[in-house]
Amino acid sequence: MTRWAMVADLRRCVGCQTCTASCKQANATPPDVQWRRVLDMEVGEYPAVKRVFVPVGCMHCDDPPCMHVCPSTATKKRPDGIVTIDYDLCIGCSYCAVACPYQARYKTDRASFAYGKPTAAEEQGFDPKRLAVATKCTFCVDRIDAGLAKGLKPGVDPEATPACVNSCITQTLSFGDIEDPHSNVSGLLAENQYFRMHEELGTGPRFYYVWDKKEAEA
Amino acid sequence: MNDNFGPNPWHQTNWDFRAAFNFIFGGAGAGLLVVLAFSGLSGDVLRVELLLGMALIGAGLLSVWFEIGRPLRALNVGFNPFTSWMTRESFVAGLVFASGLAAAWLASRSLAQAAALAALLFVYCQGRILQASKGIPAWRVPALIWLIFTTGLAEGAGVFVALAALFDTPARGALGYFSLALIARAFAWSTYRSGVAKSAVRAALAVLDRSGKMLIQFGTIAPLALLLAGWFVPDIARVAVLLAGVAALATGWQFKFVLIVRAAYNQGFALPHLPVRGTR
Repeated sequence: MTRWAMVADLRRCVGCQTCTASCKQANATPPDVQWRRVLDMEVGEYPAVKRVFVPVGCMHCDDPPCMHVCPSTATKKRPDGIVTIDYDLCIGCSYCAVACPYQARYKTDRASFAYGKPTAAEEQGFDPKRLAVATKCTFCVDRIDAGLAKGLKPGVDPEATPACVNSCITQTLSFGDIEDPHSNVSGLLAENQYFRMHEELGTGPRFYYVWDKKEAEA
Repeated sequence: MNDNFGPNPWHQTNWDFRAAFNFIFGGAGAGLLVVLAFSGLSGDVLRVELLLGMALIGAGLLSVWFEIGRPLRALNVGFNPFTSWMTRESFVAGLVFASGLAAAWLASRSLAQAAALAALLFVYCQGRILQASKGIPAWRVPALIWLIFTTGLAEGAGVFVALAALFDTPARGALGYFSLALIARAFAWSTYRSGVAKSAVRAALAVLDRSGKMLIQFGTIAPLALLLAGWFVPDIARVAVLLAGVAALATGWQFKFVLIVRAAYNQGFALPHLPVRGTR
């Protein structure tokens, strides 16, 4: 069974926000909506200060609280683990947004554009179905499905891979099938130490953060 | 390294006062239906108070209807009874209105008792709605369910005794029930406060503490003292009961408003480990 997952190698991220920009371009999200965000954290006190950049977004949880609370069944989880929203069913109650521990969901009540009037690209990408309902990262599910239909491999073939992963200049982000032991993401997790965000909540996020090499076996 | 390095939590902006009003009016209305069913009232008084209880619940639901993004799709709220407490709340609200309206129409005490059972379920659902919100540490504490439940009962009892005091001296049974509801709410607050201390951020705890202080001082101690004063000085009994009821109601409402609108901080992001860069 395929289970799509994202891996972010925190050692590599430089906080360039290219993933954010590429997500916005690919998904035509309005201003203030960032399905792929990069947090800029400053840790410690002078002179021992570190800066860490952390890509976040929908974690496509194994046990998504947003899906359980959704009263309209608009939020669903596919067999491959991708959590989706049916914009035609969603009532925009935002219950999913308060249930999500990752602040991954957005609701935009009115159409808004970066410069007031829509640019040509914004006009092309504008989808009225997304107004006043919950939206979030989809792992670029359309690209994945279209790519699979062409026999491509998500995470390997750019045409079948989420836009943020394709655009990442430092190869911080990787995408693939975590159930496949030979996939790029399985390899990264086998070789490195990682954690998942707020793991104690039991949501089973499918977004892994690599932070160090695995210790050599004694 | 076990420290957390995330940025500070911030206040959620998805639910505002309109969502809070659902819990405020819904809890009080349900609490009123519960006390009413076992109060021994009958005839027109029963009818009027049943309608008031349902009007409060209806006002809460109407308020939240104004908050949803796609109000014309509101009926989709009933699609997920398997896991969503919001769907269950909507189903139970239907039961409350069906049995409550029938009870009001027929002035039937047994139908009013059926409405009261549905109202108990309704206010329980409200507690579960908040507790299922994993993104808000101040809400996901299991003890919140019983705080929402007991404050609904206390508020409803407050409305009931206050209304009774306007027209007559309230029955001792109703005053006893009101006192018990106040004490139960105070215990529920205390249990919730110890539970929430482990998860909520300092800013949330600060506003909750201010609100909880009012709940105890003006919503528990003061009403109980007023009831005692009324007991010993019959001349002021009605005024004392009226004030006690209003205090119980007002403090419950302010607490729920604060809980939804002021204390709903998310937990931000946290890194259990920092990235190790370069050679070691």
